[in-house]
Amino acid sequence: MSYETIERSRTALTKEDFASDQMVKWCPGCGSHAILAALENVFPKIGYRKENFCLVSGIGCASRFPYYVNTYGFHGIHGRANPIATGIRVSNGQLSVWVISGDGDSMAIGGNHFIHAIRRNIDLNILLFNNQIYGLTKGQYSPTTPFGSKTKTSPQGTIEEPFMPGELVLGARGTFFARVVDNNLRLMQDVMLEAAKHNGTSVVEFLQNCIIFNDQTHASITNKDTASDKQLILRDGEPMVFGKNKDKGIILGERGLEVVTIGENGVREEDILIHDMYQQDAGLHLMLAKMSLPDYPIALGVIRSATAPTYDQLLEDQIHEAQRTSKIRNVDELLNSGDTWTI
Amino acid sequence: MTNNKFKIIEKESVAVKFVGDSGDGMQLTGTLFSDASALKGNDLATFPDFPAEIRAPHNTVAGVSGFQVHIGKEIRTIGDKCDVLVAMNPASLKANLKWASIGSTIIVDADAFVDKAIEKAGYVCNPLEDGCLSGYNIIPAPISSSAKRVGAECGLDMKAAERTKNMFALGIVAFIFDRDIETLAKLINAKFKKKPEIAKANTEVLKAGYIYAESIEAIHSRFHVATADLPKGKYRNIAGNTATAWGLLAAAERSKRPLFLGSYPITPATDILVELAKHKSLNAKVMQCEDEIAGICSSIGAAFAGSLAVTTTSGPGLSLKSEAIGLAVMTELPVVIVDVQRAGPSTGMPTKSEQADLYQALFGRNGECSCIVLAATSPGDCFISAYMAAKLAMEHMSPVILLSDGYIGQGSELFRIPKVADLPSITPPVAQPNEADFAPYRRDEKLVRRWALPGTEGLRHRIGGLEKTDGKGEVSTDPLNHEKMVKYRHEKVMRVADEIPEQEVIGEKEGDLLVVSWGGTYGQTLVAVKNLQKQGKKISLAHFKYIMPLPKNTNEIFKQFKKIVVCELNCGQFADYLRMTYPDYAYLKYNKVQGLPFTTEELTEKFNQLTEEK
Repeated sequence: MSYETIERSRTALTKEDFASDQMVKWCPGCGSHAILAALENVFPKIGYRKENFCLVSGIGCASRFPYYVNTYGFHGIHGRANPIATGIRVSNGQLSVWVISGDGDSMAIGGNHFIHAIRRNIDLNILLFNNQIYGLTKGQYSPTTPFGSKTKTSPQGTIEEPFMPGELVLGARGTFFARVVDNNLRLMQDVMLEAAKHNGTSVVEFLQNCIIFNDQTHASITNKDTASDKQLILRDGEPMVFGKNKDKGIILGERGLEVVTIGENGVREEDILIHDMYQQDAGLHLMLAKMSLPDYPIALGVIRSATAPTYDQLLEDQIHEAQRTSKIRNVDELLNSGDTWTI
Repeated sequence: MTNNKFKIIEKESVAVKFVGDSGDGMQLTGTLFSDASALKGNDLATFPDFPAEIRAPHNTVAGVSGFQVHIGKEIRTIGDKCDVLVAMNPASLKANLKWASIGSTIIVDADAFVDKAIEKAGYVCNPLEDGCLSGYNIIPAPISSSAKRVGAECGLDMKAAERTKNMFALGIVAFIFDRDIETLAKLINAKFKKKPEIAKANTEVLKAGYIYAESIEAIHSRFHVATADLPKGKYRNIAGNTATAWGLLAAAERSKRPLFLGSYPITPATDILVELAKHKSLNAKVMQCEDEIAGICSSIGAAFAGSLAVTTTSGPGLSLKSEAIGLAVMTELPVVIVDVQRAGPSTGMPTKSEQADLYQALFGRNGECSCIVLAATSPGDCFISAYMAAKLAMEHMSPVILLSDGYIGQGSELFRIPKVADLPSITPPVAQPNEADFAPYRRDEKLVRRWALPGTEGLRHRIGGLEKTDGKGEVSTDPLNHEKMVKYRHEKVMRVADEIPEQEVIGEKEGDLLVVSWGGTYGQTLVAVKNLQKQGKKISLAHFKYIMPLPKNTNEIFKQFKKIVVCELNCGQFADYLRMTYPDYAYLKYNKVQGLPFTTEELTEKFNQLTEEK
């Protein structure tokens, strides 16, 4: 219930309240700049006291993020942002904890922690910067690099299948998954606000460009000229329509999702699926998350936001229950419990 | 129930070992005997000897479970060898005969010595008949059959009745040591509170065993064991791992910082995790993590957020945590890392004890990476050691590695119950809201930085594994700044020497031989040194608990002795560390790496030899 219970700022905050005095050292043109701008815009809208935000990162280009935002911040070690954030959140339920992580940090070295944080439904907001490459070590393939990609460590092309983060999140019984592109500031802000409101682990995948080592890796999706045909922006309660003329849509056919054109083959507007991001069953959410070019558009926005108890809240509940029922209320009572003898 | 036909043997101390198949209830039998002895006024120490396998095949040596208890006037060890061995089957006799002293009393369940079981244990012929036990006082008692008969009379079915056989054995031992049957009955009733019919049957079988012992001709003598001459107070029996858990809870209560434990099960440290998980009523937030790394990383996060953060593990887990310990050193956060050492390397011998993680605790990280290292010295000492580890971690904003080991972690001893209010105070350097001139790496005279908790107004800051500028805490690659920060971090740890007690010497402050030991070997080295002191040898003991930094008077102590011998359960790690720190002395080494504790006998012999040699 953190969104309702974290203490709010008594004064209206602005972007400047979160601006850091540190020089931002990402490459010019890196997608991280836009994500930083979106986050600085959205934090005041969330409305918590500025001291209640805490950013946690691992290692990688993205992990410099906490230094560029004036909140409490923790720059951890490679792959371990999620357990560090877990410890912070479990210790203090008044903190809004944001994990900044990349496809190396959370998909490779920290893959185990990533799925377990999600499985436990710790109340964290995980921002997963997916540029499909190792940038900080200068251009080796990552677990999300497409099959066959030529990189410094795969001169003949990779021979391993990539992870799709959405599949991992839902496979780990995730309660919140959203996907955004780094050139849509408005969508990034909307989605981050939804992530903040969600109680439990929220994962937002950013399709991010690495201008130096993997330029244009998401261009087929993000290119402004073709985006409307390649992107399905999901909004809860609205039909899944896309395309320049808003005439394409998604229906659930006999063999799964199908792309249709409204007006063709007898397809009417009311045949198009309506997005229900709060649906408990993850089946349709998984199908949406898995849609890929060229047969489907890429699903963006909040794909899933299901309600489930969070680990941190359940732990607090157990503590309250134990304090209510246990005979042992302090350590002296513990020391004197059971068999004792006086000499 | 005293009887004049028995000779009473006066003993300062006696070790009794109960051994049997995994399911024979040896742990319960041993615990009941220990508790009854404590109630009778004996000092005591116990050690459970579990098989590595959970349920090894029935009647095999691999499946033998044991429990040793040493009772008497002043008890420091579980006893090198036992004076009374209770063996419930041939396999347990085979596995434990080497731990019975020559001439000891061995009580066996004669009903279990049938051909098949004898063969399964690996004996060629029946050891009760072939004369191989002639050096011992063997009491073959019809334990199973008697238990079955008495149990059935109490209304139990045959299977349940047979399960009470451990109580018949306990009855025999109770007679030999004149333990009060009513006390034992009370303990049994408490144990089986929810099953009164089982409690009743067990009590009847216990009494039957006692009467049997009294009436047969095979028992000629009874022991009178000297009672403890302990300071007045309230006592309990406590296992080391439990004491560690409770010491941490006490530190949390005293410092008013909530306890957070991030841990992953690993033998022989799991008991601490299990124990703390029971105490949510004391606001202990206990997380069983997905792995060892998550265990420490969640603890580091919890420390940042203001908890008394702890992770518990054994050697292989400490290896996995190395990088994260470096992060805790760099971020200068208080994290207690408990390593209940076991025999390594790699998986090694998980259920056996060793002291071979010292190098790892001192040096096992990348970069110049000092942290505070303590070693608990006995099961009861785990309480105050864990408490002090937490105190030093929080007051000095540093990770602390607390070394325990399988022997003291699983062993137990009599423990004088302290009052939490009497323990040393703990005052963590928590920064106040809007503290003037706050900077995350500004240091006080002890070189300790402030603990600025997320959520506090006016203290927003960033920390992390990258090198930071002195004071302000911004990321820095400046060469001179790095060198300064490296030295600060090390010096901060060294200044802990100003806070810890001076090293104690047991015996004269000068002499022929100084025995140096550390951690879990205290009981054995103390007894051996005292033995020789009684014989007039000029021998003293310096047993170390504070390892990094070492107590300030260490060098002064070493100067006063002709010889120094460092005893440890490894190949000489502490000796090497001392040589590195105080190179002026020729350190003799006495080592054992068998997964077993020292025996007082072997130590006494070695020390005697060293004092004789010129």
